[in-house]
Amino acid sequence: MDKFEVKVFIRLRPSVLDPAGEAIKSASSKLGVQGITSLRIGKMIEVKIEGNKEEDVKEKIDLLCDRLFANTVIEDYEYSIKKL
Amino acid sequence: MTSFTVGIVVFPGSNCDRDVAWALEGCLDIKTKFLWHESSDLNDIDSIVLPGGFSYGDYLRCGAIARFSPLINALHDFVKSGRRVLGICNGFQILTESGFLPGALVANKNLNFICNDVDLNVITSKGGWFQKSDEKQTIKLPIAHGEGRYHCDQDTLKRLIDNDLIALKYKTNPNGSTSDIAGITNEKGNVLGLMPHPERACDESIGGIDGLYTLKSLMT
Repeated sequence: MDKFEVKVFIRLRPSVLDPAGEAIKSASSKLGVQGITSLRIGKMIEVKIEGNKEEDVKEKIDLLCDRLFANTVIEDYEYSIKKL
Repeated sequence: MTSFTVGIVVFPGSNCDRDVAWALEGCLDIKTKFLWHESSDLNDIDSIVLPGGFSYGDYLRCGAIARFSPLINALHDFVKSGRRVLGICNGFQILTESGFLPGALVANKNLNFICNDVDLNVITSKGGWFQKSDEKQTIKLPIAHGEGRYHCDQDTLKRLIDNDLIALKYKTNPNGSTSDIAGITNEKGNVLGLMPHPERACDESIGGIDGLYTLKSLMT
């Protein structure tokens, strides 16, 4: 059994307004950082998981992303897998 | 014969469950039963309310974890049987997360937690959840939410409009929701989800009785 580390990134879909991102964008310019044209907040979930091969792990992570980690009505997700 | 019983689902973090019981029992003399979210026996239950609150602390997304409870699992057959389900605030969020209703509820446009009375237009007569159903009918109900901005894509919005599934619209949109939507029903009309709190508008002494009809219609 191998061990894998998965990093899942969840983002609001481009069509969904992100008011918290807008607030941070506004604070960024107050800090004096100019030139930010877009700032959006997402989530990152780190998972450590055991499996026989990467394909099996992908299947499990796909299920988790689709059914729990993200709400695909409003969010997109992507992930990277690293064998530990 | 047992009397008509409304089940009120209690999740860890629900906080309007007792308000709903107070309104149903005290104002309408309807028998209620609290249902812990881990139970799945709905045989003696005639209608169900998913109350407001912060189920599972709103972790991940509002309603995201509640959908995995045994009770929500049993709700699929309950809804198929035609019995009525009312999801209020966090209950509405759970209904969208579980796929009983389309769309999703996201953070209010202005990021504020909004606690206010709002005027609402009743749009549909589907399900008979409201006394009269035309856009001229206005009711006043309290809202109290931070994540009540209804969001759906254009195809879903078209389906909601074409099938007459929009139950309530805000007269003045407080949270940026798509098409001013405050509540929707399923195609059959036996499931209603809404952000406003009808249970907090059931007695004149606390500010109004416009929520009475919706709670009473659980007995339809």
